[in-house]
Amino acid sequence: MLQLSKVTKLFNPGTPDEKVALMDIDLTFKPGDFVTVIGSNGAGKSTLMNIISGVMKPDIGEVRIQGNAIQKLPEHERSRWIARVFQDPMAGTAPRMTIEENLSIAYSRTKKRSFGWGVTSSKRKMFREHLQRLGIGLEHRLGAKVGLLSGGERQALSLLMATFTKPDILLLDEHTAALDPARADLITKLTDEIVREMKLTTLMVTHNMEQAIRLGNRLIMMDKGRIILDIPQERKKGLTVSQLLGEFERISGHQLSDDRIVLG
Amino acid sequence: MLQPWLHSIEGATHIGLVYAIMALGVYITYRILDFPDLTVDGSFTTGGAVAAIMITQGYNPWLATGAAFAAGLAAGACTGLLHTKGKINGLLSGILMMIALYSINLRIMGKPNIGFYNEASLFSEISKNPVTYMIVLVAAAFFIKFLLDSFLHTDIGLALRATGDNARMIRSFGANTDITTVVGVSVSNGLVALSGALIAQQQGVTDINMGVGMIVAGLASVIIGEAIFGARTVFRATLAVVFGAIVYRIIYAVALRMEMNPQDMKLITAVIVIVALVLPTIQRALKNRGLARKRSSELSAAASSSSKGGAV
Repeated sequence: MLQLSKVTKLFNPGTPDEKVALMDIDLTFKPGDFVTVIGSNGAGKSTLMNIISGVMKPDIGEVRIQGNAIQKLPEHERSRWIARVFQDPMAGTAPRMTIEENLSIAYSRTKKRSFGWGVTSSKRKMFREHLQRLGIGLEHRLGAKVGLLSGGERQALSLLMATFTKPDILLLDEHTAALDPARADLITKLTDEIVREMKLTTLMVTHNMEQAIRLGNRLIMMDKGRIILDIPQERKKGLTVSQLLGEFERISGHQLSDDRIVLG
Repeated sequence: MLQPWLHSIEGATHIGLVYAIMALGVYITYRILDFPDLTVDGSFTTGGAVAAIMITQGYNPWLATGAAFAAGLAAGACTGLLHTKGKINGLLSGILMMIALYSINLRIMGKPNIGFYNEASLFSEISKNPVTYMIVLVAAAFFIKFLLDSFLHTDIGLALRATGDNARMIRSFGANTDITTVVGVSVSNGLVALSGALIAQQQGVTDINMGVGMIVAGLASVIIGEAIFGARTVFRATLAVVFGAIVYRIIYAVALRMEMNPQDMKLITAVIVIVALVLPTIQRALKNRGLARKRSSELSAAASSSSKGGAV
């Protein structure tokens, strides 16, 4: 499905600020894998996301999706396989356009865009059905500008826009971190439901240790550009937050330092 | 006594309806793509130049007008490519193309001024009857408005609008924002050149300086239109732009009637645009400050009354 081999990325190479963002990353996802990623500040979690989505290109190494080597493709050409939800609720939607227009843009992710109408009555019907499952009443507001929605509503819409076309890979980059606890819970719940139901191969970066353990079937821990621990489903089930932090200290030799860490 | 006034307002409306096409082009770059494109000053003249030279050489005026539109598309595409592929700042890309077009326009025309009053143009027959003339101009402006509305509601049009609204988002959904930007700037300048070609035929003359200040006139039309008629949807916004262009031309005509110096008109236009841009900012700041004060005092009143309640 998704395979990274020997992926390495340096920031500011050859300058005094040179930094290893990713070093020799080998990672294989099976179809339907739901992987949570945790790690310190600067561990390389976001770089990993950016390398997969095409925002950055690896210095060396290969990224394959379904057998295609894609590390040289620009971001917009990879979107055929990959959908994303960003941390910033403002980032995933176009505020001056309506809910149905945003959904229509998301619907075209895998298609060649043409001079056909963006929003048709059959699409509108489908959008309404999908919006209903979010359970926050957006199905009655198809014509409302997205800029009028709250952060939580926008993030729920972003999640729907990323998933309803069934991407091969779903990337979630701390997508609940900017929300208040109640809204974060709603988005987490929706994420879990949607990913399970559609069996999406998912990579989720999170600061929430409890969430990292509870969600998904595999947990990856990163430090200084490397993957230091890869916990499979069986071991992950019984894990507690303190065990997880202890494990991190034992392997990396320092405490998990993350200014936004949420323990549970 | 009112006769000359009515007459100049009628004339202003005739011109305004044609300038509306240019203003729609400015709307695409300024409002949709969020890309202030100064190419307009050059491409407007390009449209007039192509139309003038082809008509004086005996080509069909329809063909000449179509060629002017195509020349505008090409000029806009160059600006778009400079910005997206050449990574040149948007304002500078427009300025560079505007300067380049000045020389190109002179090359097309061969001299700085071409009069062709006596040649058959698109307007030479219909302008004889004022009623038909007005109907045809209204129909033409609204035809292009509706065409643009439709385009902006296609899949490509949605991608174009999202490019100006949230480029990162539309890239993550598979659109190449370089291409959408080039398409947008290109269509914009196509409309501007079309407007230039039609104005040249209305006046029977193309002058190398006819495009000077066109971007500011276009912005004035967009801003005046939106202020008076609102811009909640694309349909409303383009309608506002068309009316804005007419209102702008009427203001212009009235100012000339009141015997203002025509040389001061560009200054007046600039002042109109500045006022229209600054006023909403001031208004918003005042409103926000008022709202913050009101909410803060409400909350502090609520807090002090509940703390009193606790003490009892």
